[in-house]
Amino acid sequence: MKPVTFTLRREPDQRLDCAPLVPHRLAGLGAGEIARIPLNTTRQKVTAGDMFRIRAGDPTKIHFEGGSERLDNVAEGLTAGEIQFEGPVGKAAGRNMSGGRLTIAGNAGPFAGSGLSGGRLEIKGNAGELLGGPFPGEMQGVRGGLIIVRGSAGHRAADRMRRGIIVIEKEAGDYVASRMIAGTLIVLGATGQLPAYLMRRGTLFLAEPASLSPTFLPSGTFPFGFTRLFADHLRAESRAAARLLRGSFQRYAGDMAVLGKGEVLVAAS
Amino acid sequence: MNIRGVAIDDTFAEAFAMAATAITITGPTRRWAMNAATSMTGFATSIIGCGCEAGIDRELRLSETPDRRPGVRVIILSMSPQELQKQLANRLGQCILTAPGSACFAGVGGSTRLKLGDAIRYFGDGWQISKRVGDGRHFWRVPVMDGEFLCEATTGLVSDAVGGGNLLLMGRSYQTTLRAAEAAIDAMRPVPDAIMPFPGGIVRSGTKIGGKYKGMLASTNDAFCPTVRGAVESALDPSIASVLEIVIDGLGEAAVAGAMRAGLKAIVRLGPNRGAVRVSAGNYGGGLGPFKFHLKELVA
Repeated sequence: MKPVTFTLRREPDQRLDCAPLVPHRLAGLGAGEIARIPLNTTRQKVTAGDMFRIRAGDPTKIHFEGGSERLDNVAEGLTAGEIQFEGPVGKAAGRNMSGGRLTIAGNAGPFAGSGLSGGRLEIKGNAGELLGGPFPGEMQGVRGGLIIVRGSAGHRAADRMRRGIIVIEKEAGDYVASRMIAGTLIVLGATGQLPAYLMRRGTLFLAEPASLSPTFLPSGTFPFGFTRLFADHLRAESRAAARLLRGSFQRYAGDMAVLGKGEVLVAAS
Repeated sequence: MNIRGVAIDDTFAEAFAMAATAITITGPTRRWAMNAATSMTGFATSIIGCGCEAGIDRELRLSETPDRRPGVRVIILSMSPQELQKQLANRLGQCILTAPGSACFAGVGGSTRLKLGDAIRYFGDGWQISKRVGDGRHFWRVPVMDGEFLCEATTGLVSDAVGGGNLLLMGRSYQTTLRAAEAAIDAMRPVPDAIMPFPGGIVRSGTKIGGKYKGMLASTNDAFCPTVRGAVESALDPSIASVLEIVIDGLGEAAVAGAMRAGLKAIVRLGPNRGAVRVSAGNYGGGLGPFKFHLKELVA
């Protein structure tokens, strides 16, 4: 059965909350009913039908054709099923996902994958700031699942990450893995200032040397056994990450400014 | 029944239900994986005095181990999940954790879990690191003096494992009996999910239940001891000079049957002149153990 398809009619005038357009909220609805779903914006009332041409289909698969940086909260709370997005998205794509798959064939705005606790989020372009990070006032960012960014990520990717795996295949901005609580972040490109700033626990893999805070202490070079497990797991998801994880790493323990039980593992040359 | 000159008694091996698990031990080289596995399965011949029965199931190819290093699969069985957990934790902590470069992983699945790394993670004294790989598997990284001990958090419990399958081999001389037992063991070792827990897989001191002395749970199986023939109700005719036993434990009835079948086939192939002239099996009349392995069915 073909997926439910949303084709963007035009660039939205204002920011648009696409959170209702997820499989569990579309189940059992026809194209007409889906078209009447209100989408939050400002004071103007907008429905899904106003913004998208809708073709009914299997609600466990949703296909968005055309994107905009004004489309926020795409796939928010996704629990199962598959959403494919052809184009850019706005802020908080895949926020609080607990299952399913979201693929964005474009760039994503800030807070992509915020609070993700399960499932798989793939961003084929670049991700904005605070990839996977918590909203203000929240104590945890990503809590599980897998995020793959084929491009680069903005500042403070994986802020307050608690569990799960994030792969950034190109560069990451400043303070990547800031305040990390636990989990695994892999960056295959260069990083900005002070990676893993105030990291408590967790692992940050870096393919390239970085300017670490002096509160990270070198603790030797090892061929860690656990990295092979991650390499095998990620082989189908990111060949470059899997290749990196088969090697040896210089370990830096930190951040000693806080708990100091985290680690930055830099690929040994 | 007589096959190519080897008499197969019309009897059966009586076996019991046990709790079991399997783990994968890896090391930097085959030598160190084997050292850890040998140590872990040491002093684990019989539930009577060792608390568990354990053995090496097989060596693993590099592609079969989670960390792609040389590895060995080990099976360990006990009478209850509680005792099995105790033995597993002790042996993991004393024999695998201590071996240079070792790592340990679950060797069998199942929804009921036994603690593996979860049982010894506190050895890390706060520096242990938890890692969850995306597919739900959970590992502990425990800092040790040569680097890190990587250990899966849990392994599966096999609650319907089978212990006590056995073969009794009888020959015209000590040498031919031992040769038959060795040939049988060589044939049985490749059978998956089965172990022969005694030294080299062979036991010469078979037992009967109880004894004349107070407090003896088991004593020598005098009916099969050639030197007391004549003084006791012997099961041996005058041509038998020596008897050896092979005990088989497995993760299931099929594994034990498969190992016994392979052993019998090897014994028959060796023939009576170079090997055993007769094969029997130990049982308690069939009233105690839920599993019965009839020799005639296995050689059919």
